[in-house]
Amino acid sequence: MGLFDKLKNKVKEAIEETKTSIRETVDNLRYDRLKEGLAKTREGLAEKIGVAARQGRKIDDALLDELEESLIMADVGADTTIQISDRLRDRVKAEGFKEASDLSRLLREEISALLKRSPSADNDRLFNIPEEKRPHVIMVVGVNGVGKTTTIGKLAYNYRNAGLKVLIGAADTFRAAANEQLEVWAERAGVEIIGQGQGADPAAVAFDTLQAAVSRGADVVIIDTAGRLHTKSNLMQELQKMSRVMKKIREHAPDEVFLVLDATTGQNAIQQAKEFTRAVEVTGLVLTKLDGTAKGGVVIAIANELSMPVRYIGVGERIDDLQPFNVDEFAEALFAFEETEEVKEG
Amino acid sequence: MFENLSAKLDAAIRRISGEARLTEENISEALREVRRALLDADVNFQVTRKFVDDVQKKALGRNVVASVTPGQMIVKIIYDELVELMGNNLAEIKMAPAGPTIIMMCGLQGSGKTTHSAKLASYFKGKGRQPFLVAADTYRPAAIDQLKTLGEQIGVPVFNLEGETPVTIAERSVVEAKRLGKDVIIIDTAGRLTIDEAMMEEVAKIKDRTRPNEILFVVDAMIGQDAVTTAKAFNDRLNFDGVILTKLDGDTRGGAALSIRSVVEKPIKFIGVGEKMEALELFYPDRMASRILGMGDVVSLVEKAQQQYDEAEARKLEEKFRKNQFTLEDFYQQLQQIKKMGSIRDLLGMLPGMDKAMKGVEVDDKAMGRLEAMITSMTKEERDKPEIINASRRKRIASGSGTTIQDVNRLLKQFDEMRKMMRQLSGGGMGRMAGMAAKGLMGRKR
Repeated sequence: MGLFDKLKNKVKEAIEETKTSIRETVDNLRYDRLKEGLAKTREGLAEKIGVAARQGRKIDDALLDELEESLIMADVGADTTIQISDRLRDRVKAEGFKEASDLSRLLREEISALLKRSPSADNDRLFNIPEEKRPHVIMVVGVNGVGKTTTIGKLAYNYRNAGLKVLIGAADTFRAAANEQLEVWAERAGVEIIGQGQGADPAAVAFDTLQAAVSRGADVVIIDTAGRLHTKSNLMQELQKMSRVMKKIREHAPDEVFLVLDATTGQNAIQQAKEFTRAVEVTGLVLTKLDGTAKGGVVIAIANELSMPVRYIGVGERIDDLQPFNVDEFAEALFAFEETEEVKEG
Repeated sequence: MFENLSAKLDAAIRRISGEARLTEENISEALREVRRALLDADVNFQVTRKFVDDVQKKALGRNVVASVTPGQMIVKIIYDELVELMGNNLAEIKMAPAGPTIIMMCGLQGSGKTTHSAKLASYFKGKGRQPFLVAADTYRPAAIDQLKTLGEQIGVPVFNLEGETPVTIAERSVVEAKRLGKDVIIIDTAGRLTIDEAMMEEVAKIKDRTRPNEILFVVDAMIGQDAVTTAKAFNDRLNFDGVILTKLDGDTRGGAALSIRSVVEKPIKFIGVGEKMEALELFYPDRMASRILGMGDVVSLVEKAQQQYDEAEARKLEEKFRKNQFTLEDFYQQLQQIKKMGSIRDLLGMLPGMDKAMKGVEVDDKAMGRLEAMITSMTKEERDKPEIINASRRKRIASGSGTTIQDVNRLLKQFDEMRKMMRQLSGGGMGRMAGMAAKGLMGRKR
């Protein structure tokens, strides 16, 4: 091999290295935001067991009860909590664990296993949209006040960053000033928006948007919808109509229906997911406001009890704070408590 | 979900049925079910624990009255306890003795502050007041536009100063309201997370500068275990006066009502039950208690229905509702059963959500006699297939029952509507309710 080739390889390697390190830095930053956003949940969920481990406590019924309590307090929900705690009790008995620190590890393993078994485990192809499936239509639905409009702004940002051309359809024609709010977000995300104004037929807006997307060659279309309680059957029918109308342009539309759930919502979140999916088949969930609550446990309940994947989670108010939900990272961040504490102590 | 808590409790107690006294042993299983029901309704864990302990203390040693099951007995104790916990304060808005009354709204993002600011303004306008809305949410994009649009809808002026801080806007709004002779000022503030120190500081500052007569904490009824932490954080900062519980038109069980009430000891003053500007109601602790337990006023209903209803028959009826095979014959049987239980209006009132569903449908006890006469004047075929009742049949039925053709028309139309309603109830999101209605009516045989 000549000197020139060697040099060329060196340069190549250097470029690759830089690329990798940039990617790593971005990933690390994202992980840090996740860890930060989960700070309160981590305290609620893992603090008790973490403290018990450091105090050198032994596993007994009282400790197991306390653990169960912290799970319920973190909105993991009665069913999933009982499922987890039964597993823990069985394993403690069968495998003869004695120390609280073992229990902490077991809990992490169980939660991680539970998340890995869930449909949320396959989120790495979110931005891989085959050429022939474009424009990829995402319809965003949810009850009032969960953060749909904000989520759409952040989603648009995510897809644009992945190098895709995004068009937003402002089909929340009900709430006063919803359009204006979405316009601000579209501008922040640097994407275009189609809208008609308050009182317009949302199905018509969806149709227009999709038509525009086809003619402008957009890769991803995100359709906002008005917030609606899942118990209102007429509003649920409206969603069906929107979906029907879009099929006239693209048979596969909507490719995705994202249901946005507020993480501070309790067990009603499960109900919402079930009811929405009866109207339009929900293909993924977006969980918002995880940073504001100590109750991120609802993610675990949802991942466990529903057959639909959690696609994105919101861990802060910045435009880049909506992240694809990565079960490994999530489990890791949820238990990052012990390490940081030890560092502090040391 | 818990369609009927007392049924679960009965199952838990079945083993010890026959015992005349509630003891620690025989109710422990039942109390576990109560605990589970409350947790499923999103009542805070600690609140649940304390509550269950209290109930246990009250229940121990009580004699089980012969006419109710032990499960029902416990439900009754729980229900009474819930009502008492949520409702011993008179929940009215404190009006200023002189000058304008200032109301400040606060809460998390997405709880419904802006919408409820407008609803409240509309409520006061309806009472002959001169409300004045203040748009002090300068953070959320277009929040001010939203309030302006709502203000226009209800005909209430909206105050805003472009480019100013929320504190300044709030402060100046009071001066402006006085100048305009407005007597109720409603300040809409931005949604904020309790961990956001700067934002919490800001809302405290608005309070200091405007000295509101009433601070209302707006909270989404669907909130989970975090209700307590959030309410406490806002209360510690602002010492708010009352709570507006929103989005109760959904199917959330609203356990937050109990959690918030027991932790911050502030009354719930209003509930939001829809997107329309009129969808603001006063809070009734008894209805909320039923809702948290996931049932209507099952206790009294079950007691009444129990002696009258046959379980197998009721199940058949439920099935018919679902399959939309409910005929006039069944309707007639129903009427006979209902007659034995007393006034229809009272009975319907006991069913969860039924009073709302029946709004506009006139229920007249005397009309029942006429209904009976008309149905008995029909042939069996007509009762089974009301669609075949044509003009000449109508005429015959009317003369046979001593009513008019209009009466017959009305009966058929109402019956059709009722069928539709029942189908909707058992098919859509309100399926739970219909199931409950039917089950509530069926009671159980002991």
